[in-house]
Amino acid sequence: MNLEFSEEARAIGDQARRFLEKRDCRERARAALSGEAEPDVELWREMVAFGWIGSFIPEEYGGNGAGYEALCVIAEEIGRSLAPVPFASNILAGEIILRSGTQEQKSYWLPKIASGEMIGTLALHEAPGRISADAITLRYENGRLTGRKCPVPDGAQADFAVVVARDPDGSIVPVLAFFDETVTRTRQPTIDDSRAQAELHFDGTPGERLGSGGSGAWAELVAALDRAAVILAFEEVGGAQACLDLAVEYAKTRHAFGRPIGANQAIKHKLANVYVAVELARSNAMMGALGLLSEQGDLAVAAATARVSAIQAFIMASSESIQTHGGIGFTWEADTNLFYRRANALALGLGTESYWKERLVSGLEQRHLA
Amino acid sequence: MDLEDSPEEARFRKSVRAFLDANATRRDESAEPARYYEVDEAKLGLARAWQRKKAAAGFAGIRWPKQWGGQGLSSIHEVIYQQEEARYAVPKGVFDIGLGMCIPTLLAYADDAHLERYTKPALWGDEIWCQMFSEPNAGSDLAGLTTRAVRDGADWILDGQKTWTSGAQFSDFGIVLARTDFGAPKHKGLTMFFIDMKAPGVEVRPIHQMSGASHFNEVFLSGVRVPDAQRLGEVSDGWRVAVTTLMNERLAVGEEARPDIEDIHAFLTQSDGGKAPPMAEQAVRFRFADWYVASKGVEAFRNRGLTKLSRGEMPGPELSVARIVNAEKLQQMSRYAVEMMGAGGLLLDRDNPQANNPFQLALLAAPGARIAGGTSEILRNIIAERVLGLPADTRADKDVPFREIARGAGKSPRKGETV
Repeated sequence: MNLEFSEEARAIGDQARRFLEKRDCRERARAALSGEAEPDVELWREMVAFGWIGSFIPEEYGGNGAGYEALCVIAEEIGRSLAPVPFASNILAGEIILRSGTQEQKSYWLPKIASGEMIGTLALHEAPGRISADAITLRYENGRLTGRKCPVPDGAQADFAVVVARDPDGSIVPVLAFFDETVTRTRQPTIDDSRAQAELHFDGTPGERLGSGGSGAWAELVAALDRAAVILAFEEVGGAQACLDLAVEYAKTRHAFGRPIGANQAIKHKLANVYVAVELARSNAMMGALGLLSEQGDLAVAAATARVSAIQAFIMASSESIQTHGGIGFTWEADTNLFYRRANALALGLGTESYWKERLVSGLEQRHLA
Repeated sequence: MDLEDSPEEARFRKSVRAFLDANATRRDESAEPARYYEVDEAKLGLARAWQRKKAAAGFAGIRWPKQWGGQGLSSIHEVIYQQEEARYAVPKGVFDIGLGMCIPTLLAYADDAHLERYTKPALWGDEIWCQMFSEPNAGSDLAGLTTRAVRDGADWILDGQKTWTSGAQFSDFGIVLARTDFGAPKHKGLTMFFIDMKAPGVEVRPIHQMSGASHFNEVFLSGVRVPDAQRLGEVSDGWRVAVTTLMNERLAVGEEARPDIEDIHAFLTQSDGGKAPPMAEQAVRFRFADWYVASKGVEAFRNRGLTKLSRGEMPGPELSVARIVNAEKLQQMSRYAVEMMGAGGLLLDRDNPQANNPFQLALLAAPGARIAGGTSEILRNIIAERVLGLPADTRADKDVPFREIARGAGKSPRKGETV
């Protein structure tokens, strides 16, 4: 039995943690929240330079081939640190191109992500509601995109996107497009402004169909979301652990009624419950990582399990961390505020809990039919 | 990262499988594993015969030192054996406490003459051991026990009442924690002994549980004479000895009880008489997903613990997580399943093995799962204090001589009584 990251991966995680602590990411996140700073592309490029982000991209496409274990531990550190960097956007774009792109497309686009030269993103959402192919209306006709996407992660900073569109036959097509002057981009205020979202209007934007065509585009996209969900689950686990650490530290030092509040069972049991949720989430995420590593099919159930568990843990940990802090936890200055926003933003950004629960149960149904 | 055995572990697993294939039959996966607490002489005979086979083949006492008939292997080997044996229809439960907890306590504290006398008969299934810790007034607060041991020449005289003792009715020996100094603070006046369960003054009575079963006993000790040579550890050092015993319990707890996540999945997806299965409902899917996530989380969490074992590290008190989650999930799932049956969920045909009522049985057994092996509240305290490092509860009885501590029974309502 060896359900633990390799020593190499853990060493990368330690390195990332030290680096992100030095960069004082929580202050950067708070500044972004106050509208004083944009999502931190400069910090992102520093992280890319370490080779951390390109770890899932093979060497032939400019990555360092360190693999998914490294990416998972880095995601956890990003979550712990609250770094306001364009993480999910680049991972999503990279994953989809890696899985669906032609040889030429992979050779052209992936090195741009791996080197930090460009920021990529996925333009998927249109109307509010659960992710579904039926909701896609943006048109792709004669090599041009027309329509609206919102919210698009890091859409105002990104250089290009995989745009999920519909062709004149009604089929779903993923399209690679640069953000040129035909794209109107408006940053949107959100519940967590330390991770930017934008509204994008495409008005005859030239774009290239991703992959070699065919009817499986939506299924490939959904499979790429599965893979990204595992990475995101680690980001959420890192955030949840940070919330638990904050709450435990506060409960040990804050005195009321002549003793630390953490001596009360109401607080002890609350935080024990958070610990349980975080450990289950970490364990489920590790099974997801195992699925990513093994490159075998049927990641759907493991990814959905990891994602649901991670959403639940981070939401719970960030809520209860504020509750443990009492009034001070509800102030703008408190870090608990930042984590609560991030927990809720991450929970909504890549398929909500209900999307992943449905994916989990339908994944089991398919497994039983097979 | 993988879920595979190391090469050495794989070799051991192969030898375990070869032994089991040659000596036992695979069990029906859909059936619950047989637990032989409610035993008659015939079942006890089968259990003894199986234990003898294991001992002869070198698969008993896997973690014990070779000097005392064990295999001198590690905890991960023990786990691998348990994993494999669980797939076969063999008697379980009779020897777990003796070999898993009592004899390991002897190995740590008894002298060679006693080990010479007791280890082999226990290992070969000739003698059965039980463990007498809990009392009616000492459950979560175990160190508050009042069974009294008074020195009388070369012997001790034990008086008191133990409870929740598995297997006492067919045990030959048992370890017992008693108070030898009522003037010392709670944890400091305890001493551990082992006793002959057939000695005069030992009386065993079964407990009738709310589930209807009788897995446990009360043991009444009335003037039981115990030679001082059967003391384990120093006088007044019994708490430390008891902790040794309970450390060995940790590996055993936390297995997901039946009905498990697969069972409820099968139940929710089966359609009755052309009707859509419950799982066709969105609300049911979401509820099931929560339990699935908890179930798989615990499974993976246990595998992370096994990874530590595999590397020679000891899993910590965080294994309490598995017990907390599984017990609450069992109660929720069984309650939900009977809800899906509507008024039909009321029916419980205990004597008909064909009756589809495992969830009704689990519903009535689940409250016990949240209490056995430490209540969920005590386990949360353990996590809070030992894992998270939060302060210990304020104790009114700290450093107070035991005889001055307020004690007493809360009165529980029983048939024919009002409170």
